[in-house]
Amino acid sequence: MEAALARADAIREVVISKARLRPTAGGSKPALSGWGNLVLDDLSGVLEYRPEEFTITVLAGTPVAEVTALLAENGQYLPCDPPLAAAGATLGGTVASGLSGPGRYRYGGVRDFLLGVRLVTGGGELVTGGGKVVKNAAGFDIPKLMVGSLGRLGVLLELTFKVFPRPERLATLHLELASFQEANAVMQSLAGSSLDLACLDLTPPTDLWLRLGGLADALPQRLARLEEEVGRASSSTVGFSVLEGDADAVSWRQAREFDWVPEGHSLVKLPLNPARLTRLERKLEALETSLEHVQRIPRRYSVAGNVAWLAWPEALSEKALRSLLADLGLTGLAITGRWSHPQLGRPAGEAFLTRLLSVFDPEGKLSLGGQDAA
Amino acid sequence: MAITQLLEALVDLYPEARLLRRPAQLLPFASDGLTAFRVKPAAVVLPEDQQEVIDTVRLCHQYQVPFVARGSGTSLSGGSLPIEGGLVIALNRLNRVLDFDPDARVMVVEPGVINHQVSRTAAPHGLHYAPDPSSGPVCTIGGNLAFNSGGAHCLKHGMTANHVLGLKVVLPDGEVVTLGSDSLEAVGPDLVGMFIGSEGLFGIALEATLRLLPKVESTCTLLAAYHSLAAAGQAVAAVIAAGLLPGALEIMDRLAMDAAEAAVAAGYPVEAQGLLIVELEGTHQEVMAEFPRLRRAIDTSGAYQVRVAENEEERARIWKGRKGAFSAVGRLSPDYLVQDGVVPRSRLGEALAEIKKLSERYRLGIANVFHAGDGNLHPLILFDGRRPGELEKAEELAGEILRLCIRLGGSITGEHGVGVEKRAYLPEQYGQADLDFMMRLRRAVDPRHIANRGKMLPLPQEQVSPAAPSQPPEPATALPGE
Repeated sequence: MEAALARADAIREVVISKARLRPTAGGSKPALSGWGNLVLDDLSGVLEYRPEEFTITVLAGTPVAEVTALLAENGQYLPCDPPLAAAGATLGGTVASGLSGPGRYRYGGVRDFLLGVRLVTGGGELVTGGGKVVKNAAGFDIPKLMVGSLGRLGVLLELTFKVFPRPERLATLHLELASFQEANAVMQSLAGSSLDLACLDLTPPTDLWLRLGGLADALPQRLARLEEEVGRASSSTVGFSVLEGDADAVSWRQAREFDWVPEGHSLVKLPLNPARLTRLERKLEALETSLEHVQRIPRRYSVAGNVAWLAWPEALSEKALRSLLADLGLTGLAITGRWSHPQLGRPAGEAFLTRLLSVFDPEGKLSLGGQDAA
Repeated sequence: MAITQLLEALVDLYPEARLLRRPAQLLPFASDGLTAFRVKPAAVVLPEDQQEVIDTVRLCHQYQVPFVARGSGTSLSGGSLPIEGGLVIALNRLNRVLDFDPDARVMVVEPGVINHQVSRTAAPHGLHYAPDPSSGPVCTIGGNLAFNSGGAHCLKHGMTANHVLGLKVVLPDGEVVTLGSDSLEAVGPDLVGMFIGSEGLFGIALEATLRLLPKVESTCTLLAAYHSLAAAGQAVAAVIAAGLLPGALEIMDRLAMDAAEAAVAAGYPVEAQGLLIVELEGTHQEVMAEFPRLRRAIDTSGAYQVRVAENEEERARIWKGRKGAFSAVGRLSPDYLVQDGVVPRSRLGEALAEIKKLSERYRLGIANVFHAGDGNLHPLILFDGRRPGELEKAEELAGEILRLCIRLGGSITGEHGVGVEKRAYLPEQYGQADLDFMMRLRRAVDPRHIANRGKMLPLPQEQVSPAAPSQPPEPATALPGE
């Protein structure tokens, strides 16, 4: 505890002394932390873990992989499924970037599992928000505000998460359908069903990934039922396979680690409503065919179409992506690669945020900027 | 006088029938679910569309008159208690469902829509809205947003904030902003999450985009009776240790059971001192597989009677008793105060033993109904407000329970909010520096301190002494002019 306090003081001093500040730790999301000048990778360790309470408190620089392993030893997991763990992602970076993996489909994202925070604001103040119990409605929900804040509000020191019992067994049904349209229709029909899927992803044009998790005893029956349901929803299933054990784990690890993003491409996150998915897909298809040299824009629609992950070719301009998003009324977040600004488009609510920023970061030390801004 | 000028301006905005000023008209708005407190507002307006709300807020800002937004007035922490000389903006007529996309599983509603109406509207499409506070049949979404309402299913499904994707709000100076979107995912700080639970201090929500979930296919509701409340508490730990994640885990003590029994004849076991309600939910196959595990955990927990709801009717009866427990307590006592502090689940037993001692020391009955799965206590302190000094005694006892929750590492409120009643205890939970920080945030959003002034945070000029008991805004006596 004393060490943690000393550490908080040291960070406060750095914050006060610097004119511009950008925290970084694992470096797994270089578009966000690229010029980071406050390296927090030794702000690492589990402060309190109480499996019986479903809570864990960690220092912000703690690697996701370390926490995931500890939770697994106790039959628990982080349902928000933080991505890029193998690349070195930390929990602080996960919160600041607001990134959740495909597993967030079932119970919710990082915003739904963060209970408490301690941070040093841009003004050098040590602030505590939320708590260490699974339910707390006292005071402003500062923990939620940190999710996706990209370091603009302060330097995260400590985080408390809610955790859940880990599914005893997992399995995935991988389908290939006749067309994108059909794949999307099956995905939406399953998303509205009571089958309680763990993950629901679409890799265009035609592949669906349906994951189930739960008690081992029930899984074979649930899988059989899912197959039936798919049969009813689609008459044109072309390919069909069941992944279990390692094959299941590997396929989702690849999704979560973005192993599918090729060299020379940058990873971008696009929040989406399922109703807008088809329009985005059509736009991207049109863009692909318009390119002189045949170039693909690899992508994956996750969380039943609530998020699109794009591998944007470096050969294509940032401007082209910005105008595509503007046309569709979407915003995006660059995760890797070089960008003039990692935020693509203007998220709603800037007027409210500006007021909050005047308290969190009165001197604008933490403002976002491209890599050249440091 | 600012209020006179405001009222003159409001006359141009509202027809007479929707600008209430006569004492008899104001009476129903003088208090909310925290009935011990009453304050007479200067006026009540009944806007019928969003623009009227925006115009009203702008006028309040212009004339520096504080306002309270109000829905059905079910707040148990006095969240919608009027401000002396201020305006009540009653939002019940903004009750339209603006958009419902069953395929995308989102619904856009106005703040006056009733909580249960959302699920009712969604039901034909096999969808439902998860947050289910016990007041669901009457409470409004606007109030749910302001207080981040919970309910019996929070451990697994979260609170209101976990089910809202986007908001349109009017800030306290009349600026209208959109927060969030219609996606589960977002870019930028979670402003929706920050707005929800701000108890009206950041302004008024005009529209909310709600996330709907597919309806639960199968539930299994089990009722276990224990000879002691502590044994029921220990059974919760056993269920959690079995690796289960039930949809609900609730406990009632004898007094709460008596009340529920008298009110709705829920059929609870008559000898029980502690009653545990566990509800498994999920696909039919998953629930069938989980049930033997739950049964093993319960059978070794010392329950003297175990009952499983055989059909929807039996399940409904079990829940009717549980959800109606608060109002049922009204049969046992002329008045009561409800607390909703949270303790770490493993310290529930300790907390309950302490509460029992406090009840004996203060000679006031306490009925306990609580969301055991997330350690969210609901002690109902029984008192008779007609007896001099008894309200004050009940409040002091409530304060001791709040301090107990803080001492055990929990929170003073799990879902009812701070409101007027727990204001004095917020600095004990967070410390003065964090409280000052929250006050500065509030000032940045509402420089004139007009949005729900006097709730959650102390007024700027107030010196908050952590030792001072909560000061009611007015004694719970008859209104002047009644």
